[in-house]
Amino acid sequence: MIVAESKPIKELLEMVKDFKKILVVGCKGCVTVCNVGGAKEVAILASTIRISGKKEGLDVVVGEHTLERQCDPEYINELKDVIGDYDAVISIACGVGPQFLSERYPDTRVFPGVNTKFMGGAVEHGVWSERCAGCGTCVVHNFGGLCPIARCSKSLLNGPCGGSSNGKCEISKDVDCVWDLIVTKMMEQDRLDELIEFQAPKNWTTARDGGPRKMIREELVK
Amino acid sequence: MSEHKAGSNLEKVLSAGHFAFTGECGPPQGANVPHLIEKANHLKGCVDAVNVTDNQTAVVRMSSWAASLILMEQGLEPNFQMVCRDRNRLAIQSDILGVYSMGIRNMLCLSGDHQSFGNHPESKNVFDIDSMQLIHTVKTMRDDGKFMNGSDVDVAPKLFIGAASNPFAEPFDFRVYRLAKKISAGADFIQTQCIYNMGKFREFMKRAVDMGLHEKCYILAGVTPMKSVGMALYMSKQVPGMDVPQSLIKRLRGAGTGNATEEGIKFALEQIEEFKEMEGIAGVHLMAIEWEHKVPEISERAGMLPRPIV
Amino acid sequence: MDDFKPQIVAFCCANCASSAANVSHDMKKVLPDNIKVIQVPCTGRIETLHLLKPFEEGADGVYVAGCQADSCRYISGITKAAKRVAQVKGILEGLSIEPERIDVFHLSAGKGQEFVEVADRMVNTVKGLGPVLTA
Repeated sequence: MIVAESKPIKELLEMVKDFKKILVVGCKGCVTVCNVGGAKEVAILASTIRISGKKEGLDVVVGEHTLERQCDPEYINELKDVIGDYDAVISIACGVGPQFLSERYPDTRVFPGVNTKFMGGAVEHGVWSERCAGCGTCVVHNFGGLCPIARCSKSLLNGPCGGSSNGKCEISKDVDCVWDLIVTKMMEQDRLDELIEFQAPKNWTTARDGGPRKMIREELVK
Repeated sequence: MSEHKAGSNLEKVLSAGHFAFTGECGPPQGANVPHLIEKANHLKGCVDAVNVTDNQTAVVRMSSWAASLILMEQGLEPNFQMVCRDRNRLAIQSDILGVYSMGIRNMLCLSGDHQSFGNHPESKNVFDIDSMQLIHTVKTMRDDGKFMNGSDVDVAPKLFIGAASNPFAEPFDFRVYRLAKKISAGADFIQTQCIYNMGKFREFMKRAVDMGLHEKCYILAGVTPMKSVGMALYMSKQVPGMDVPQSLIKRLRGAGTGNATEEGIKFALEQIEEFKEMEGIAGVHLMAIEWEHKVPEISERAGMLPRPIV
Repeated sequence: MDDFKPQIVAFCCANCASSAANVSHDMKKVLPDNIKVIQVPCTGRIETLHLLKPFEEGADGVYVAGCQADSCRYISGITKAAKRVAQVKGILEGLSIEPERIDVFHLSAGKGQEFVEVADRMVNTVKGLGPVLTA
């Protein structure tokens, strides 16, 4: 899933300081799962903004709404009758949400309430870790089911580098060295011959480097 | 290893069977050419070639190719270093052609420390290719006259290809295989990370020799003299992939105040003596970083002088 | 400022905190009338939003009174509540509101005296900080 993190409150308040009628819009998708953008978080952010308004003696109205998803026009459309009541919207969906909202409602100022970070999963309750960098050419099966593009700080395909120490990446003790994991696993699986094989340079055209991407399902297009 | 691939001084020294001795010189954090020349001149006559680092530890310095050219003007042979962190394949292949055209003949292919270590941690990192692929690229350009995309190189760059090896990083069992992989990819010579744990290194070399790697590639053992107990402690705790045995720290402490430096040099000299006799070792790479003025003394005491003329 | 009577909301669990409250009642000790007590089955039931709402409605301070960490009837309720209190402290700081306005207290079932003491402590703290709404 897409994992995001709430923007600091000070930054959010600064963004909407000139607005009196603010709508906070959440999403029941990924951001609900990582507890930053669901209905609960909409209520918390709305309450926070109201407290700020009262403290500053400003007359601020904050509305709350949670959409099924903010990455489908049919759900974005659901706001059409209420959005006119507000002059600013804070979307706490991933980066797709604010953009879809902006496009559909060009007369409303839309602000992102979270910083979208990565595609990953939960490794323990309350902790999400990056697993996929969206390179467009998945080859995790060549690396014991682990992704060196997303999980190696240098995206090495012929790792590990000389900085791997005690199973940790040189950049931080909190980051596992994925190559240590790959090598250990593949050696246990008796796949040393595959590890010694030279991995050719990656074709980055399918990654973001190749330009903004689209995915089309022809049988679905009208 | 009979016909010269690049004809550099280092290559000739090694292929003639001499025990090679290389040094290191980091470019300045500015355009301070006089300072660079002063540092480099300490190494003159003491080493067969000088490593010129490439934004080492992700700290911006004068580019390695420029500093290499300055060293050449001073009569020293550079080991031009390139890391994968800062350049994509276009810039890499372009610079390979550039440095060769200007007379550089040795090239070290490295991954590069992550930019978070350095003084511009906010930069984007490149890592379009890794060090293994870089080695392969230089080899393909040199021996096949082809770019990475398969098209022809208009006059191939003949470079003597070097790479690094860290016998002490984990997983230990895999390190010798990674060395083998680098050699298959095209490495002509290897410089190891600086060695302090001689026991572990002997084990590593035994495996390397068993695999016949020393016959396919020249392996130079890395030596960095410990200047102080503080340096030993810093390296053991703060530098990733470094293995500093407690016995060495104890020895430096035991030497008494003011004597640690000399003790550190003594240890380095003992190492060099052992490396001269160690099977599979073709030379020593001395990294006396920011201590270049000590190199003449160390070279002399290690019995490395005079350097062979080939 | 002397006549400022801070409005405090106290979330008290039905176990240790309420038992302590009963004991204090028997001891003829009374909570000041500017404290509004909300009884919850366990402090673990309290959501972050519940802790923010009182501030939204004009409260000057909020506290949570529950069991000791190792004797919570529902094992980890009070521990969870403490984390949520910490989260709200962070939110208050982001709003440039003093984080001391919210706190969590661990009571023992039999200590009636403590039940009143923590209330007094909160009142004094918040009184010293003044009202939230300065405008």
